[in-house]
Amino acid sequence: MIPAEIFLTFILMLSIFLGFELISKVPATLHTPLMSGANAISGITVVGAISLAGTGQHDLANWLGAAAVALASINVVGGYLVTDRMLAMFKKKEG
Amino acid sequence: MDILIQFAYVVSAALFIYGLKQLGSPATARRGNSISALGMLLAVVAALLDQGIVDFQWIVFGFVIGGAIGGAAARMVQMTAMPEMVALFNGFGGLASLLVGWAAFSPSSETFTLVTIILSILIGGVTFTGSMVAYGKLSEKIDSGAVLFNGQQVVNSLIVLGIVLSAVMFCAGSGGGFWLFLVITLSLVFGVMVVIPIGGADMPVVISLLNSYSGLAACAAGFAVDNNVLIVAGSLVGASGIVLTQIMCKAMNRSLGNVLFSGFGSGKVEESTVEGEIKPITVEDAYYVLEAASNVAIVPGYGMAVAQAQHVVKELTELLEQNGTEVNFGIHPVAGRMPGHMNVLLAEADVPYDQLLEMDDINPRMENVDVAIVIGANDVVNPAARESESSPIYGMPIINVDYARTVFVLKRSMASGFAGIENPLFYKDNTRMLFGDAKDSIGGLIREFN
Repeated sequence: MIPAEIFLTFILMLSIFLGFELISKVPATLHTPLMSGANAISGITVVGAISLAGTGQHDLANWLGAAAVALASINVVGGYLVTDRMLAMFKKKEG
Repeated sequence: MDILIQFAYVVSAALFIYGLKQLGSPATARRGNSISALGMLLAVVAALLDQGIVDFQWIVFGFVIGGAIGGAAARMVQMTAMPEMVALFNGFGGLASLLVGWAAFSPSSETFTLVTIILSILIGGVTFTGSMVAYGKLSEKIDSGAVLFNGQQVVNSLIVLGIVLSAVMFCAGSGGGFWLFLVITLSLVFGVMVVIPIGGADMPVVISLLNSYSGLAACAAGFAVDNNVLIVAGSLVGASGIVLTQIMCKAMNRSLGNVLFSGFGSGKVEESTVEGEIKPITVEDAYYVLEAASNVAIVPGYGMAVAQAQHVVKELTELLEQNGTEVNFGIHPVAGRMPGHMNVLLAEADVPYDQLLEMDDINPRMENVDVAIVIGANDVVNPAARESESSPIYGMPIINVDYARTVFVLKRSMASGFAGIENPLFYKDNTRMLFGDAKDSIGGLIREFN
């Protein structure tokens, strides 16, 4: 049986390569929305935070988890909204 | 149930990847962002269905507060203030990862988990305070210059040593608590130390790098709490930041190490050896030249953002086009304070994105350009980078505005650029200086056209 750590590391390795491939195709004109969009994605920490905030085990983990949920949600909500706001402004020349 | 949740994470990772792929073109980018947001929603719902969760009040509490702050910020932020907003969000992401790492700690954790907890705390902490300093510099709440002091390297080395020592002690499982707090404290201090020696003009690199860190921190947190989707999403963001960092460094012809440690632009001004004289031009004369031009290239820089001149620039562009002039924009990769900063500002002013040319596309056309208008840009159009081997920016690729028949430089005064380097462009025969606030000068041109 392959240990779980190896699986996780494997996933890490593949996604880093995938990330490089995807991002190098993004044109310079979209780099700012790319950054704020990536910011929103890095708010994925919220998923880890949710599982820690709701365990009901001990107070500290709950507090830390709740704070992490709050911070990561700023990223998620703010990041996606502002990216959308920016991307809505990019227009092609009409006609 | 558990298998369903895990499956939802797989779908959510796929949505992130597909969303990023759609970001490869301005035409599909907005949909890509929505797809990515859908992936996030799915991941959050899946996380909430986890049976380990018995207590929802903390989660709701955190989400309501965070969502309200994020939503309000996204709605109210000015486009010129995007760099500091991204820096701020980076910092929150880092702090969230630090807290997740901390909360995941229990004395019974295995060594592998302890290592990932430490990484999550370390990267998260550095990202948090580093981003806060970057935010301060970008919003000019603190001095944006490079801060250098004697013995800085020694202090930094000691901090790194302290971090390594306490990390090793923590992972060896001796006590936990004390070493944990030491790592948290030192990583927070280290974040400040790595960003203060970096000057304002190098911010595009720093902000990209911190973007990458915030992803890597999420990735480490994913290892700490054993969650695939954190690892996938985190490493996508990490890779994204690194790609942007590389692009920025290449556009400045400097290595990452040089940007991070040299304190470039910290006030060492070289002896000026530029010959020739400055030739100012009035708004009226500038109008006559523009009126007769058939091909105009506009090269914006950070000064356009400061003067909030993007809307008048658009207005001038329209007038020129009505007059039968072809107008293009030349955007240098490091123009502004973050990657793509100028493009967003011009998009806000309704300039179509196909009119925004990258450096490599505008340069070959420059010899056919009648008038190149430089608005608040300096180092990115400095011919010294091409001609003068002694110049600190020698070798940096620039937009060759001096190859155009006439160059208008819109500038507040004769002060040198952020890097403190003399610009021979201002002394060239075909250069005319239009002094004053960029917004006012362009406003004057518009009045002449009407």
